[in-house]
Amino acid sequence: MNPYLQGIIVALKGAPMTIGVSLFAVAVGALVGLCFALMKKSEKKIVQIIAKIYIEVVRGTPMIVQALIMAYGIPYLLQQSGIAFKWPHLIIPAMIVCGLNSAAYMAEVIRGGIQAVDPGQVEAAQSLGMSKRQINRLIVLPQAFKIVIPSFGNEFVTLIKETSVLSFVGVVEILRSAQLWNASSFETFPAYIGAAIVYLMLTYPLSKGVSALEKRMAKEAE
Amino acid sequence: MIKATGIHKHFNGLHAVKGVDITVQDGEVLCIIGPSGSGKSTLLRCLNMLETPDEGIVEVDGVQVTQENLREMRTKMAMVFQNFNLFSHLSVLENITVAPVHVKGVSKEEAEEKALKLLKLVGLEEKAGVYPRNLSGGQKQRVAIARALAMEPEILLFDEPTSALDPEMVGEVLDVMKDLAEEGMTMVVVTHEMGFAREVADDVIFMADGCIVESGTAQQIFDHPQQERTQNFLKKVL
Repeated sequence: MNPYLQGIIVALKGAPMTIGVSLFAVAVGALVGLCFALMKKSEKKIVQIIAKIYIEVVRGTPMIVQALIMAYGIPYLLQQSGIAFKWPHLIIPAMIVCGLNSAAYMAEVIRGGIQAVDPGQVEAAQSLGMSKRQINRLIVLPQAFKIVIPSFGNEFVTLIKETSVLSFVGVVEILRSAQLWNASSFETFPAYIGAAIVYLMLTYPLSKGVSALEKRMAKEAE
Repeated sequence: MIKATGIHKHFNGLHAVKGVDITVQDGEVLCIIGPSGSGKSTLLRCLNMLETPDEGIVEVDGVQVTQENLREMRTKMAMVFQNFNLFSHLSVLENITVAPVHVKGVSKEEAEEKALKLLKLVGLEEKAGVYPRNLSGGQKQRVAIARALAMEPEILLFDEPTSALDPEMVGEVLDVMKDLAEEGMTMVVVTHEMGFAREVADDVIFMADGCIVESGTAQQIFDHPQQERTQNFLKKVL
């Protein structure tokens, strides 16, 4: 078989793992990110500070370092303190890291979405006697969510690429599939080009889809 | 009855409202007129604490509005805004039912039935399923009035309800407001519509620079203004 075609096929075998981890991370990132976004809006200073520290630390360190700490550092630490701990599968720390990493970025995106909601909407809700919680749940968050949907799409695209660092912690996703095949076949160029093509096959249509969605929403907003 | 006493409000060094008193009896319509920046909208927003007054008290039916009872008191004085502020992600029907259902605990069926009646009242029963973005300005404001009425408030607060409307749509909104006034709704209306104020208001307040310059019946203010500032203002706008 043509080595380039084979490179693509090999890389494709890692695609479900890449997509799965990325989807999981987007979902966790959105949920945890929402919590941090709300924490940053909290009236309690200490809650604000916790959220701020989390976001700064996660955004200020490379995901590969976070992944290595989670996959190997934490089990080592626990073993040192006498707790027999081993990840049942390396995909678990991988998913946790991607989700929590994404949450830090999503928190800022969601906060932006909340800020983009017209203050008049909140005033109207207040004037009708709604509580803060009701205003958030019924009025602000549904509107903020709609504003940030395209950003969720963009985050998904970013994660598909970023999860390539998981190849360093033994998760067999697209890049790791290519590396393993390279190691056995020595087809170095076709292996990595195959991986690149598969990443592009995923990210290009998704990006296009997100821009189409953005355009449609901009039109609706008029 | 709504009564405000000694209301003061400062914004970053600007003394927007300087110790204003107002009283509106049940069934009365009070119109607040005055030049832009006179503090009339701020005063109105102090009544339901969208702006917290720095000093002064607001009472509804003799009960003082406090932080503790604020939500309950707000349900007694619904507000209509200059920019409508309809909830953009909700249909017209949902805009009207969301507060009765979640704030007052009315059942969804009952709230919807009521909402349809109110839509009929403002002449928009066929727009129940439409989203605000597909309504004209005048239609939006009529929905906003229906949304306010759905809370069965004792008082309606209007903050320049026609100022953001195209001229040809002002009439349809004022007509709804006139009907409400005739039915005995207690209303506080900040407005630039002098014709409406003259025709509908029981009392009129002329405000300038955060103070009440002159107050009286509509007839007194429009036909026999005593203060020079009132006379000059009316000369410009009438």
